[in-house]
Amino acid sequence: MKAIYSLFLVFALVLVAMFGAGALGMEYLFGVLIPYLAVLVFVVGFVLRVVGWGKSAVPFRITTTCGQGRSLPWIKQDKLENPSTTGGVLGRMFFEVFLFRSLFRNTKVELHDGPRVAYSSSKWLWLFAILFHYTFLVIFLRHMRFFTEPVPFPFEMMDRLDSMLQIGAPALYLSSVIILVALGYLLLRRLFVPSVRYISQPADYFPLYLIISVVISGIMMRYFVKTDIMAVKELTMGLVTFRPVVPEGIGTVFYVHLFLVSSLLIYFPMSKLMHMGGVFLSPTRNMTANSREVRHVNPWNYPVKVHTYEAYEDEFREKMVEAGLPVVKPLDETSEPAENKE
Amino acid sequence: MAIQKPDVLFKGISHRPPQKDWMDVPAQIKPGRYCYAGDPEALEYVGLPNPRKWNPLDDDWKLPENWQEIVIGGLKERLEKFRSFKIFMDVCVRCGACADKCHFFIGSGDPKNMPVLRAELLRSIYRGEITKAGKILGRFAGGRKLTEEVLKEIWYYYYQCTECRRCSVFCPYGIDQAEITIIGRELLNLLGLNIDWIAKPVANCYRTGNHLGIQPHAFKDMIDFFCDDIEEICGIRPEPTFNKVGADILFVTPSGDVFADPGTYTCMGYLMLFHYLKEEYGLDVTWSTYASEGGNFGFFTSHEMMKRLNAKMYMEAKRLGVKWILGGECGHMWRVIHQYMDTMNGPADFLDVPVSPITGTRFDSAATTKMVHIVEFTADLIKNGKLKFDKSRNAAIKATFHDSCNTSRGMGFFEEPRYVLKSVLDNIYEMPEGTTKEQTFCCGGGSGLNAGENDEIRMMGGLPRANAVKYVHDKHGVNMLSCICAIDRATLTQSVNYWVPGVEVCGLHELVGNALILPGEQERETDLRGETLPGKEEEE
Ligand code: SF4
Ligand code: SF4
Repeated sequence: MKAIYSLFLVFALVLVAMFGAGALGMEYLFGVLIPYLAVLVFVVGFVLRVVGWGKSAVPFRITTTCGQGRSLPWIKQDKLENPSTTGGVLGRMFFEVFLFRSLFRNTKVELHDGPRVAYSSSKWLWLFAILFHYTFLVIFLRHMRFFTEPVPFPFEMMDRLDSMLQIGAPALYLSSVIILVALGYLLLRRLFVPSVRYISQPADYFPLYLIISVVISGIMMRYFVKTDIMAVKELTMGLVTFRPVVPEGIGTVFYVHLFLVSSLLIYFPMSKLMHMGGVFLSPTRNMTANSREVRHVNPWNYPVKVHTYEAYEDEFREKMVEAGLPVVKPLDETSEPAENKE
Repeated sequence: MAIQKPDVLFKGISHRPPQKDWMDVPAQIKPGRYCYAGDPEALEYVGLPNPRKWNPLDDDWKLPENWQEIVIGGLKERLEKFRSFKIFMDVCVRCGACADKCHFFIGSGDPKNMPVLRAELLRSIYRGEITKAGKILGRFAGGRKLTEEVLKEIWYYYYQCTECRRCSVFCPYGIDQAEITIIGRELLNLLGLNIDWIAKPVANCYRTGNHLGIQPHAFKDMIDFFCDDIEEICGIRPEPTFNKVGADILFVTPSGDVFADPGTYTCMGYLMLFHYLKEEYGLDVTWSTYASEGGNFGFFTSHEMMKRLNAKMYMEAKRLGVKWILGGECGHMWRVIHQYMDTMNGPADFLDVPVSPITGTRFDSAATTKMVHIVEFTADLIKNGKLKFDKSRNAAIKATFHDSCNTSRGMGFFEEPRYVLKSVLDNIYEMPEGTTKEQTFCCGGGSGLNAGENDEIRMMGGLPRANAVKYVHDKHGVNMLSCICAIDRATLTQSVNYWVPGVEVCGLHELVGNALILPGEQERETDLRGETLPGKEEEE
């Protein structure tokens, strides 16, 4: 049900663009105004979210330690999995962000008669997740040739590498194929692995469908529906130079593509896609595990009511004396019982 | 409550979730999986809100009138106070990598025991009651309203999480369900929704210093009793001191070691070690009856309560004028010391940076807390050749080592205990990869869930750990599970006995005590448990 809702929603977005930019001819709205709005929402929203997180305090060092900690000199510390220095943290974060270290650890559990619980390595999620993210990055970067003039060498290079296989004309992009396979895996996993389906929400299907439809509309443009690339470049260059123009005859499918991308940008800051920013801020990963070694201050630490030794002795003095335990005040010195302190 | 036979329980585990959406499956509070409600007297004693008699099985939980307001207000406050919590509420992508990592999910199959879903129980409230998108889109954005039914569900499942952090190791964003559970429990505590196995120990720790409420004279009696036993076995009587002003070191251990088998044998080990160090090197270690609990039950209640209880250790160290503090074999105690103590209760500038007076080793990694783990202390002594052992007294033992969740995923304390173990014992076998070190499994009773009435869920949660023990038991004949946590010693004894009969549980210093050659001791006939030593059988 949730999967269908979300699919329906993405269809609706496609229809809106087809109808708006195609039938009604509102090309300026879909080609200029909405993209500008989307970028604005994305940037402002993203920054606000990160600032919002940044405003919350970090009272305690709750690093998850995934390796030997710093200890006696003859015990080898795992500096990446249990960092006690900033360098170690940077290393740890590098592996997390660029290589998805934690996901790489993934295992799968199975129950067998015996009774026996077995664990096996399970790297598919890691593999397809990393394929998806990197191809997404490649696709993003090779789109930069639409926004630059002259196109800088790295973007050219990227484009050439991506179409290395030279299948068909225009040449097939490797990234288009890989991203579809990866997204397909992620989607099918959500739909068919019972436990994953159980935890999935519309907010999980929606971005998947959205990105899939962005990719498909892009592929359509390149291989199936004739689109005037020169005109597209004219439009995109107009956008980045803030001299927007809407050339004739770009073709509706381009506006569909652009509208879906705009939707993604708008949806981004209010959704789980913000994990892109959050991964850098996660306190269990980005802190040193050295709070036994270095003092760390909690910004809202406040005094609390504690039970003092004096109050304790007052309550138990007699028994303590009887048992031969040392006391501060002798038994006969009767005085006011001590207070607990703040 | 009688619990099913292991094979029946095992056959009943299914990891297939129901067809219905989880929001449409209300929690059904099952006997054997929940702990009794907190006793109002205990709550009153420490001034916790809404003390009253209530029963989780009743419809009416006797909540305060404005309970929703309290919870939502508390939630908002904590989003500002803990960046961890705020980020963990926001960035989960529901990838499911954490799902089958929780021992409670593995052993019960209850889908709400998947860490991601346990978090969603609270996240759905966060979305439905606090975020704009969630308020407008409601269920489409995964939000729902805070109803009594939802509150009960959160209570039920947040007291089925042992805060072990295993899930956090696998999450791509390090989302730590333990942190969410800790804060979730804080919110529940605002309504007086505690459990008795936490509420009572909290009040006891506050009053008497230890979770069982042992009063000072009885505390001393218990230890005297261990000294009698040691004397009988070794012909030597340790003379521990209590509350001694001017001692070198204050020793704090979980009070479970003083009260419950098999922790008591570990306690005898500490006593023997301290006696040895006093005789050989003149080290003066003192015990405190006032700060007589290392394990912090406040940690399972709220950050504030944790701070209130932990304060005693520094206060007592200051009063006694010791140089630094030595801590016993305990899990939560060390998570709190390692990650919270100095920040909460420090600075402990009246103490010295710990230096072992015997080896001269400076414990730089404990430079600010001034608290040393007894296992690292002992490891250092052994490395420097300061202890004499007769390993043959442990020859009948084939041991494996259980990494406690808190010392593992909260400290990264892996090699120190293994080094000590290797020094006192020859037959050691590691459990399979994926079940040790940072991926270690919880005993199933941590974070105050080690009660009697929730046996069933504890045995379910104990399955992954016990099953890894079964592997080395079947393959190598392992008969002893050694560990460095008091709750492990209590819980694992039961769950290992349930899943793998024939394996016993011990603390590390019990084995140290067995092997340690005390100056002038008589020839020992038995180990600390009173079992005849290998090679001494004929003489009986
Ligand atoms: S592993 Fe992390 S991101 Fe994935 S479902 Fe679990 S908590 Fe969420
Ligand atoms: S912290 Fe431990 S008990 Fe709690 S959800 Fe995670 S794995 Fe399960």
